[in-house]
Amino acid sequence: MFAYTLRKVLLAIPLVLGVITLIFVLVELSPGDATDRFFTPETPPEVRQLIEAKWGLDKPAHERYVITMKNLLTGDFGRSIFQERPVFEIVMEALPNTIQLALMSIIIMQLVGVTLGSIQAVRQYGWADSGISIASLFFYSMPSFWLALMLQLILTLKYPILPSSGMVDAVMYDYMTPGEQILDRMKHLILPGVALSIARAAGIARYMRSSLLEVIRQDYIRTARAKGLPEWKVIVKHGMRNALLPIITILGLQLPFLFSGSVLVETIFAWPGMGRLIVSAIFTQDTPVIIGCFFVFTLLVVAGNLIADLLYSVVDPRIRYS
Amino acid sequence: MKQAGLVLPGLGHLLKGDVINGLGLMLYVGLLVWAAVAGFGRLPELLFPPADQGGFQLHPWVALVSWIGIAALCWHTAFRFWKPAPFDPEVDKNSQWRELKKQFRRNRTGVFGLHFVNVLIFLALLTPFIAPHHPDVIDVGPSLSAPQWGHLMGTDEFGRDLFSRVMYGARISLSIGFIAVAISATLGTLVGSIAGFFGGKVDSGLMWVTDLLLSLPRLVLLLAIVGFFRSAGAQSIFLIVVILGLTGWMGVSRIVRSQILSLKEQDFVQACRALGLPNWRIIVVHLVPNALAPVIVHASLAIGSTILVEAALSFLGLGVPPPTATWGAIVNDGREYMRSGAWITVFPGLMIVAAVMSFNLLGDGLRDALDPKLRGRH
Repeated sequence: MFAYTLRKVLLAIPLVLGVITLIFVLVELSPGDATDRFFTPETPPEVRQLIEAKWGLDKPAHERYVITMKNLLTGDFGRSIFQERPVFEIVMEALPNTIQLALMSIIIMQLVGVTLGSIQAVRQYGWADSGISIASLFFYSMPSFWLALMLQLILTLKYPILPSSGMVDAVMYDYMTPGEQILDRMKHLILPGVALSIARAAGIARYMRSSLLEVIRQDYIRTARAKGLPEWKVIVKHGMRNALLPIITILGLQLPFLFSGSVLVETIFAWPGMGRLIVSAIFTQDTPVIIGCFFVFTLLVVAGNLIADLLYSVVDPRIRYS
Repeated sequence: MKQAGLVLPGLGHLLKGDVINGLGLMLYVGLLVWAAVAGFGRLPELLFPPADQGGFQLHPWVALVSWIGIAALCWHTAFRFWKPAPFDPEVDKNSQWRELKKQFRRNRTGVFGLHFVNVLIFLALLTPFIAPHHPDVIDVGPSLSAPQWGHLMGTDEFGRDLFSRVMYGARISLSIGFIAVAISATLGTLVGSIAGFFGGKVDSGLMWVTDLLLSLPRLVLLLAIVGFFRSAGAQSIFLIVVILGLTGWMGVSRIVRSQILSLKEQDFVQACRALGLPNWRIIVVHLVPNALAPVIVHASLAIGSTILVEAALSFLGLGVPPPTATWGAIVNDGREYMRSGAWITVFPGLMIVAAVMSFNLLGDGLRDALDPKLRGRH
């Protein structure tokens, strides 16, 4: 088990470096860089050279590549050219917010998906099954940004129940008691969390349905029924526990989708997280921030894959890695 | 009763109890009638527009040819329903596809999805007749007027007819979806078959690249590429399609690789080797056709997700450049007018959902048809 984990981690290192190389090459190939905003056509060439030297842009590409890689490996993310402060600081401000959002959507996704999928499996081919099937297909096919806008339209413009954007109430937050502050934060989390997770929840419901159907056909379910257990106990304690295994393991694989979705949802709900950070960095061509963001994204995705792999053998002892 | 289809395609199916196909065919005929009523009166000015309105345009001619083609298709289907073609073993040689077709027809949701996809494609083809206005012409109605007769989906802030914009947007979104998936399916098949066939270092190298691209969130990668090259003119439809195609092939390559891995151990490949066929010939002629069915399933699902990604790109302002109407871009336009004109955001979004849903239905149907475990359950 330990050897397996170690091998996986070692295999992941070139992957992360490969991603950074790819992004570096893309940045190099693209015209212009973030220092362009300091210049006008009248800027004297000496000034231009000075500014470029300040950001280390005067060196040839291969030298900068080596420097970037070295710095990344020693934990130095460089300085943002646009915000003129350390990238590490910027990323560390944004990352907790994105993780908060991601956790919220994973919880919603699991709760909704598992519940609906189980109902479908228990009532296979019944009206509840077909109804949920159609509804999940509908939400599964829905662009998250449009769902986000519709939620805003209905729940904040038409019926002002929930706040439309931001992480906390911009005016009142500082005057609230700690209890109210937590409530306020939760309120702000609901809409982005739902917008980010519903499509995935529909996918999970589908998995859960087929997984539980598979389990219900097993012999030990028949045994449980034969010894006279009430039906809900058979389904929940013997069925769902086993059917959940594959669902838990695909949790780690959801991260790339969550990050893709968070780019859109964070933009719409003015959520100060990684998604919004990377969009603004791309628009300003702020190379150090872009590379830093991709580094963090890839690390998290690789870690998610690894956790999925390991969870698989933890929750199902029949699987042994060597 | 079957010949009733010759009068109105679909009627024969309906009377014989084939409701889904009957209604589907009638829907197509309805589209044809709609296009004829809305567009044939304007036919001369559409086909030969005066020089001051931009001169010759290809779209209306394509629409006219499609109208005739769709009509021919409808009546051909009705005729074949009445008198099926006699069974000819020479023609029906490729049993893999015939079996797939047979299984697919039994799957009601899949057939449903197929009809939906067809309706979308036909709508996109017939758009010049159906759309009452040019999508980019301003002030065809009052600014920000609610949906009403004449402006079925209302108008936007410039007084452009939203229905026309959404219809023309369907052309862009669908063609981007189809072409990008064609590129990525081809590329994925190429990579997957090479990796699977040659194995060893080639395999691990190619699969490493696949894993690398899979570990990046696709939308973020796309944003980076399009964002970086924005100033270099990357924001044309052509480049968006190519970039979408180049970032979507990883799933296909994994599927094809696993197929080839199991296929290449079979006897017929041994026979090919014994005959001394070159490797490329074994791959192209003998292996790839046998691995293609799951690729097609994947592709029909991928068209849906590509439409979603393209819409997201357009929504962030990094897709097809304005004023070209695409669904994502219209949703983005409508964001500022959520209070005064919510219909600008609602309708293009609903179209995205409808399109993606149809492709998902079709893909699910195809997958079930391919999966022998599910045979006989429908």
